[in-house]
Order: sequence, then structure tokens, then C-alpha cells
Amino acid sequence: MTGMDSLFLIFAVITLISAFLVVTTKNLFHAALWLIMTLFGVAAIYVLLNAFYLAVIQVIVYIGAIAILMIFAIMLTQRVMNPSGRIFNKNWIIAALLGAFMFIGLVIISMQTGASKTTLPQISGQLDTVSELGQALVSPNAYVIPFEVASVLLLAALIGAIFVSRKR
Amino acid sequence: MIPTTYYIVLSALLFTIGALGVLIRRNAIIIFMAIELMLNAANLAFVAFTRMYGIIDGQVFVFFVMTVAAAEVAVGLALIVAIFRTKHNIDIDQLNNLKG
Amino acid sequence: MDNNWLYIGLFFLVAPLIPALAILAPLFLAPKKPNKIKSQIYECGIETYGETWIQFKVQYYIFALIFLVFDIETVFLYPWAVAYNSLPLFAVFEGVLFIIILLAGLVYVWRKGDLEWV
Repeated sequence: MTGMDSLFLIFAVITLISAFLVVTTKNLFHAALWLIMTLFGVAAIYVLLNAFYLAVIQVIVYIGAIAILMIFAIMLTQRVMNPSGRIFNKNWIIAALLGAFMFIGLVIISMQTGASKTTLPQISGQLDTVSELGQALVSPNAYVIPFEVASVLLLAALIGAIFVSRKR
Repeated sequence: MIPTTYYIVLSALLFTIGALGVLIRRNAIIIFMAIELMLNAANLAFVAFTRMYGIIDGQVFVFFVMTVAAAEVAVGLALIVAIFRTKHNIDIDQLNNLKG
Repeated sequence: MDNNWLYIGLFFLVAPLIPALAILAPLFLAPKKPNKIKSQIYECGIETYGETWIQFKVQYYIFALIFLVFDIETVFLYPWAVAYNSLPLFAVFEGVLFIIILLAGLVYVWRKGDLEWV
């Protein structure tokens, strides 16, 4: 077991345990903190996969903005932050069965992609992925249309969300 | 080196936990968090396959998934806050006004 | 795997130690003579009132929302700026169009007065 393997194992266990706690914790605020932990774990795994820029934006966007937005939303609905009574609904048995089937199905499908046979190729030296990403985003035969549509989507989300949450 | 499968299985587990969260929790904000978990699982699979095949497109997709997640969270949480303001409750089992 | 990440790992190991030290050190060093007034909750010299978990104003949420949208904008613009030197002129205009579309959002928020703290 090399250093990389044990690092992967540690981060995977951290991610899964905190994801489980997000779903099962009663207190909403604690769930948000566990969500931040999960997102950190995923960012660490991005680093292991050589996606350095994505690891950085995972921290900046998910933890710095999305998780904070969720915490603000929890603070705005404070009466339900620490709910009394049941936190799960009635159909958890069916849900657990469905989840097990979903997991088995996902694993079977991903086995058919050939991922099981290959190990990750060694990457020689430093790759300039950020510059490559920038070129892919604005090149006309790659992703320029989604790039512009993303800005329209963000504009619509900004205006819509502010309109809904403003006091009238 | 670690086989790509490990990353894919981790992603599948994370997705399953998120899906279970959506199915069994009653609080709308927790359901949003579970959706974030599912989107993260999809991103993880994208990044793992990018690393495996050595092409950049998977990482570009992660950008767009993040954008959509941000837009969804912004509008969704605003709606939840608005619902809380009028009904003082965000338990989805009790938000059944539109039930036929 | 770059060795630079070792430093970040080290940082994450050291970072919790410092506040832990700051919290644990008084346990051993400070004398403990509590009385009723001393152990009251201290809030800027005035007596506390109400609960700790208070309802936030919705303005915090609106500002976080605006921050989120422009945060995503920087995520897109950074790779574009890194690749700037190797891009054709057309691609530069695409980036400018991206900024202009989101600028419309900023103008909307500004004109509607959501940037004012009330």
C-alpha cells in the first residue's frame, strides 16, 4: 500500500462518513457543517486525481459560497433548525431497497466502461490544465455556446432568486 | 496506483447516500444538501474519467455542473425562504396544497 | 503528485493545533475562582437578551446570493484569462460578452436598490 493509496482511503472514508451524517443528523446547522466536510473530502480527492484547479474552485464555490448560502437559509428559517418529531418520512424501507438497487446498478454500469481493467495512467511533469480549460471554454468547436448560456443562466438565477427573496 | 474503479465506486456510494437523503428526509433544506451530494458524486465520476482518458472535456463538464448547482441552490433556497415566510413550515410532507 | 501539496497537508495538521492550544492552555495556567457575575454571558458589556439562535435578516441572504453568482463568474473567467495569450481575437470578444451579460445582472441589482443595506 503506497502513500497515494492510503491517502485515497483516508479521504474516501472522511467523505463517506460525513455524507452519511449530512443525511442522518437531526440538527440542520450540524448537517450543513458536515456538508462542508464532505465537500472538503471531495476536493482532496480531486487533488489526488490531478484536477488541481477543480479542487480550488470546489473550495471557493461549494464551500465558500453554496454552503454559506445554505447556512444563511437555515438561519432564515430558524424555527425548524432543530426539529422535534420524526426526521425521516414513512417510506424509508422502500427508499433503502431502492438505494441498494441503485448502487448495484451504478456499479454494474460503470464496470462495463472498462474502468475496472485500467489503472490511472502516470502523468509526466506538470500539465497546464487551466490554460487548456480556458481554450476549451471559448473555442467555437468546443464549449463556447454552453459558456455563454451559463452566463445567461446565472443572470436568470440572480434576478429570479432576488425577486423571490425580496420583501414586498 | 489505484484503479479507476475505486473512484467510480466512491462516486456511486456518494450518489446513493444523496439519493437516500432525498427519498427519506422531510426537511426541504436537507433535501437540497442531498442533491448537492449527488451532483458532487457526478462531478467525481467526471473527474475520474477525465484522468483515465486524459482528455479535458470531463473537467469542462464539471464547470457547467457547478454553475447549474449554484443556480439551483440560489433559486431553490430563495423559494424555501419565501415558503417559510408564508407558511412557517418547510416540512415537505405538509406542503401538499397542490395534491389532487 | 506535487510536493507542494505536502505543505498544504502540513498546514491542515498544524492549523487546528494553534486554536486548540489557545483554548487548552488556560485550563492549566489560569486560576479558577468563578462567581455568579463572572460566569454570566458577556456581550459587549451589556446584558444579553433574547435567544442565541436568532432569525437573520433576509438581506444577508441576498448579499450571499449576489456573491455566489459573481463567484461563479470568476471561476469561468480565470481559465479564460490564463489562456488569454494563446486565444484568437474572437475568443476575447466571447469573454467580454460573458462579462456584459452578467454586468446586466449587477446593474439590475444596483438599480433596484438591493445593494443598499437597510
